[in-house]
Amino acid sequence: MVEFAMHNAWLIPLLPAIAFAAIALLLWPWPKASSTFSILMILTSFVLALAVVYGVYTQPELIEKSMVYTTRWFSMPGLRIDVGIMLDPTSAMMLWVVTLVALLVQIYSLGYMEGDPGFSSFYAYLSLFAASMLGLVLSSNLLQMFVFWELVGLCSYLLIGFWFYKDSAREAAKKAFITTRVGDFGLLIGLLSLQLIFGTLNIPELAEKAVNFQNYVSAETLTLVLVVLFLGPIGKSGQFPLHVWLPDAMEGPTPVSALIHAATMVVAGVYLVGRILFLFKEVPAAMHVVAIIGGFTAFFAATIALTQTEMKRILAYSTVSQLGYMMLALGAASLTASMFHLMTHAYFKALMFLGAGSVLHALHGKAHIHEMGGLYKKMPWTTWTFVIGALAIAGIPPLAGFWSKDEILLVVKEAAHEAPGIYTPLFWLALITAFLTAFYMFRQVFTAFFGPEKPENHPHEAPWNMRLPLIILAFFSIVGGWVGLPWLEKGFGYWVRMGEFHHAEPDYVLMGVSVLLALAGIYLAYLMYLKKAIDPDKVAEKFGVLYKLSYHKYYIDEIYLWFNQMVVDGMGKILYWVDLYIVDGIVNGIGAITRGSGAVLRYTTTGNLQTYALVIFMVIVIITLYFAFGDASFASLFLGGGK
Amino acid sequence: MITLAHYMLLSAVLFAIGLFGVLSKKNAITVLVSTEIMLNAVNLNLIAINKYIGVDGFYGQLMAIFVIAVAAAEVGVGLGIIISMYRNKETISLDEFNFLKW
Repeated sequence: MVEFAMHNAWLIPLLPAIAFAAIALLLWPWPKASSTFSILMILTSFVLALAVVYGVYTQPELIEKSMVYTTRWFSMPGLRIDVGIMLDPTSAMMLWVVTLVALLVQIYSLGYMEGDPGFSSFYAYLSLFAASMLGLVLSSNLLQMFVFWELVGLCSYLLIGFWFYKDSAREAAKKAFITTRVGDFGLLIGLLSLQLIFGTLNIPELAEKAVNFQNYVSAETLTLVLVVLFLGPIGKSGQFPLHVWLPDAMEGPTPVSALIHAATMVVAGVYLVGRILFLFKEVPAAMHVVAIIGGFTAFFAATIALTQTEMKRILAYSTVSQLGYMMLALGAASLTASMFHLMTHAYFKALMFLGAGSVLHALHGKAHIHEMGGLYKKMPWTTWTFVIGALAIAGIPPLAGFWSKDEILLVVKEAAHEAPGIYTPLFWLALITAFLTAFYMFRQVFTAFFGPEKPENHPHEAPWNMRLPLIILAFFSIVGGWVGLPWLEKGFGYWVRMGEFHHAEPDYVLMGVSVLLALAGIYLAYLMYLKKAIDPDKVAEKFGVLYKLSYHKYYIDEIYLWFNQMVVDGMGKILYWVDLYIVDGIVNGIGAITRGSGAVLRYTTTGNLQTYALVIFMVIVIITLYFAFGDASFASLFLGGGK
Repeated sequence: MITLAHYMLLSAVLFAIGLFGVLSKKNAITVLVSTEIMLNAVNLNLIAINKYIGVDGFYGQLMAIFVIAVAAAEVGVGLGIIISMYRNKETISLDEFNFLKW
């Protein structure tokens, strides 16, 4: 079984793809059949992925040298593209995360999407997404990865706009697609440049050539190429300044938010950078760009999340912030910390999104946390699993988020020894972000789930098929981080790593500080929102300008709007004028000249035969005279013959 | 002594008369007759040149016979057109037939 799965890993993305085709072509009139088939297929994928994970983790030699099967896609002189699958601990971990979350979300959607007119197509899209994402994870070639990258983008578009009869959903879908397109443009240019420089896009070959990249290209050029390529992950993983689409993507159904915009698709950018981290490692400047973008995004998004009032929006900004953490870890050259956080984040963020979905389901779409309150009595399962998720993201030991966040803080601190100018401020930003994360998460928890009940709400606990995924994810949110305990001899860091394995000593001071910060954040939220010892409105007033900035998301959307209206539309107006008066002017001018001259010259056509005959005769006379007495060579130009 | 120049002068005079008739007469039949005069001026030229240049054979005469045949056909067509013109407008004055214009 394990052997079979290892050698046929291509089946893992194929099965959901089959589910998509089957639903789209055959099963769509029967929602029950569609969802059952889809879940069966993703379940089979999940089992295969488990087998692959087991297989990879019994073969430690895969850490150094990935298992790659390739086949020729096409080749022509100067260009050869191989596609294939690439198995190593990193991709195996991603397989596990993606299939697990996809499976749970599909089960959850049975309850959440029940009775929706698009039930079958929802499952078709979910299957297509799972297929694309798994294909992306297994890609051994960057071009192949790019294809799947665009496919997950397509699924994201389809699913954000799933309720396309809502204006906001349509707008959000377009925004997501167009914003990520900006980044994908950079990614495409970066990939083409890599192909030109190294002559290959196969990841293992790139890894070999990266070591002595000076033979191919100067460090400055490589830095530039990597920074341009990094635009793709910036767009996909919601990093500043292309993060604007991710919070709006919450217009989609909540299971979609959990699957695509929290747990799996948005980490594709992190995964891509992680896959080619060996290139970034060679040029520190590119590394610093990744770290700065990541660290800044983590802090920036956390400050926005402080003041938002929509439940899913808070979670969305928290996702942006956590993705920033992952990028920061990559920027500190640690594949381990980044992938570790990616995994634990997938557990607790999917958990919290599904919990938020459960609340929305119970309250019939009330989205603002101030409209909720006291939900814990009626919805104990949802509440306590959500609290587990919040504790995990806040970084309370021994929950999953604590270990991975601690790992990130540790690697950034270590990187600060090498380049203090860059990494020391980022380290402090990351610490502050940890505090902010705990605060805004528990602001939401205390406001929505505890506090006084709202009599107008009649919440009810979610059905079993929505509860089950919550419980499973809550379980992993608790224990999921234990694979990376710093005391383990061969923990997560031994398997998922780049370069030499070095066992990092646990840093108890750092652990203590981060726990204290998290507790402080929770306590502050408790004082402000549950005990009401501090009036939040007064605090908001005190920080007037900052509060406004945060509440309006730093006016980034407005700035983009202004940019589009002033610069893009202004340019359009100028070009429109040029088109109207200059381009069209020339064309219309030619027409006008023709018509005008025709209007004058038509009077020469009298209709009188004898006039015509006279003209012909006169011309013949002139020509004859010319031949007889004029410049014969000149005449020959017109009449051919001549002397 | 009659030379080629005499013939050509005669031919030129005939041609000029025909041309004058074509350009100035209003009666369509007169115009048709004038074209015949012009054709015959050409015929005269052809035959005279054949004789005076002294080539072997009768190329000029041959050409003239061709021209006579074509002229006969042309007269047939031309008179037909004139009859249909008369049927349409009850006149054959060329000034009345100027509607092929703007």
